[in-house]
Amino acid sequence: MSSSVIEVTTPQPTPLGSHPVVEVLRKLFRIPPAVFGVVVITLTVFAALSAPWIVPIDPEEMDFDNLLSGISAEHWLGSDQMGRDTLARLIKGAQVALMVSLGAVGLGVLIGVPLGLVSVYFRGFVDDAIMRLMDSLAVFPSLLIAVGLAAAIGGSLTTVIVAIGLANVPWMARVIRSQGLMIRELDYVAAAEAGGMSHPRIIIKHILPNSVAPVIVQSTLSMGYAVLTEAALGFIGVGIQPPTPTWGNMLQQAFPMLDQQPLLSVVPGLAIFVLVLAFNFVGDAVRDVLDPRLKGVIH
Amino acid sequence: MWPYIARRLLQILPVLAIITFMVYALMLAIPGDPARALIGPGESLDEEQLAIIRKEHHLDEPVLVQYGIWLGNALQGDLGRSTQNQRPIAEELATRARVTLQFGIIAWILSAAIGVPAGIASAVYRGTAVDYVATVLSIGGVAIPNFWLGIMAILLFGVRLGWLPTQGYVDIFEDPAQGLRHMILPAFALGITSWALIMRQSRSAMLEVLAQDYVRTARAKGMREGTVIWVHALRNALLPVVTVFGLQTGRIFAGAVVIETLFGIPGMGNFMVQAIFARDFMAVQGAVLLMALAVLFANLITDIVYAWLDPRIKYDE
Repeated sequence: MSSSVIEVTTPQPTPLGSHPVVEVLRKLFRIPPAVFGVVVITLTVFAALSAPWIVPIDPEEMDFDNLLSGISAEHWLGSDQMGRDTLARLIKGAQVALMVSLGAVGLGVLIGVPLGLVSVYFRGFVDDAIMRLMDSLAVFPSLLIAVGLAAAIGGSLTTVIVAIGLANVPWMARVIRSQGLMIRELDYVAAAEAGGMSHPRIIIKHILPNSVAPVIVQSTLSMGYAVLTEAALGFIGVGIQPPTPTWGNMLQQAFPMLDQQPLLSVVPGLAIFVLVLAFNFVGDAVRDVLDPRLKGVIH
Repeated sequence: MWPYIARRLLQILPVLAIITFMVYALMLAIPGDPARALIGPGESLDEEQLAIIRKEHHLDEPVLVQYGIWLGNALQGDLGRSTQNQRPIAEELATRARVTLQFGIIAWILSAAIGVPAGIASAVYRGTAVDYVATVLSIGGVAIPNFWLGIMAILLFGVRLGWLPTQGYVDIFEDPAQGLRHMILPAFALGITSWALIMRQSRSAMLEVLAQDYVRTARAKGMREGTVIWVHALRNALLPVVTVFGLQTGRIFAGAVVIETLFGIPGMGNFMVQAIFARDFMAVQGAVLLMALAVLFANLITDIVYAWLDPRIKYDE
């Protein structure tokens, strides 16, 4: 470095022969909470995917001999007032939680990122128009959008994903825009423009790859928030409707039984708590590894 | 300062137009004939009566005209009538808002009153047991579903110990003692996430300020540590906290929808959830509108307060 006069700001220099993704993962696995998070998420995904094989009990099967049972040999995590197995329902609920978080964050990225990129690239009026739209959308908490949509079209998996996804859009757009603003001003973008490269090509080839880090961080953190929102919607009864078990509607059905069988209320809540914690740990660690400057910027 | 406020107010106009349109557009998402959705369940009308409903709600006009009429009425405080009890929705919302504001503000103040000192202490005594406990609690506080914490609190303090009431609400201005007793658990559950975020923000802001040169200079001059922290560092550390504090409005309102349902508190959120089940569409629409506007103005006030507190911000660029 001593001979170089101009310091070029590039992303973290990587040693020869190792792919940047491998490098990021290597750093990630040195952070203990991140390891915990990855393990929890992997286990949840595994359980959700292999539900029919690892839990031989049907989540809707009613065992009338064991109503509201505590922890027992037949029902490892107990059973509810209709004799349904809590563990089987919990794992079925994990499928829903993961689908909602993936779907909602995916939707947010798919709409928000292009809007943010177009905004930053064309600037001026386009930027103003898109950003005012994003400001407006950001006023609605995801729960409020979901409640409004549920009133109009009824609660379902699609409603929940669309509502949380829409609430994610402005944050994704803002995050990629704030990063892209700096990239947009760099000489190589001007060079690409002068070279006659088309607008979409410049956006996709030059601006997107260099602005994507904060989007990855925001996405991981939003996954946990999506799980929380889905649970809240299920609890007030406007989310995904029974008989499909979700962690939220399990808590709703358990609430009247609180004094008779508290275990029913404890288990799904703990599941939500641990999964959200896992997403947050991974999100925080990814942020620290990809771009420490983002500390305090993204919540 | 004034030009800055004027500019922020001007900027808010298009946002207001878009927000109100978005809320109105919920009506367009109703599948089938919206006239049927507006009459509530259990009532069956023939074509002729439906035509009257359509005329009454201007459903036969172009969308933008419909929106204009709806907005005009909303501006005059007319949000339509609830199909549940035929009362004007605006009146109903006003009664309910009083309840939501009472325990929302208590939750909001509690979250800052505990969060800021906890964050400061955590930063000042970095690496000690105080820091460790506060940090673990704040990490947990962000990840815990607030309504589940509420359920667990009901289980412990209501069902097991019987110390506190777990359902209902008493107006704090009519019976302060009973009002507070009813409010402790819901406000605690509602405030937990905000508390955790405020604590985190205060901690990191304080740490950042303590690492700055002017703090080192103050210490080098032999100033007492207490003066350095409380007089020199705190003022600057609190700036970013103001923003986080202001941004909690949306979280508090969204949280209130769930917490009110859990504790049977007759606030706006509870009203909204009941309206969904009663298929009282315009009531939901009105409540969503009111909450969105509240969040918008809270954000505006936060920006202005921030600009007022931070002399580095240029007001009239």
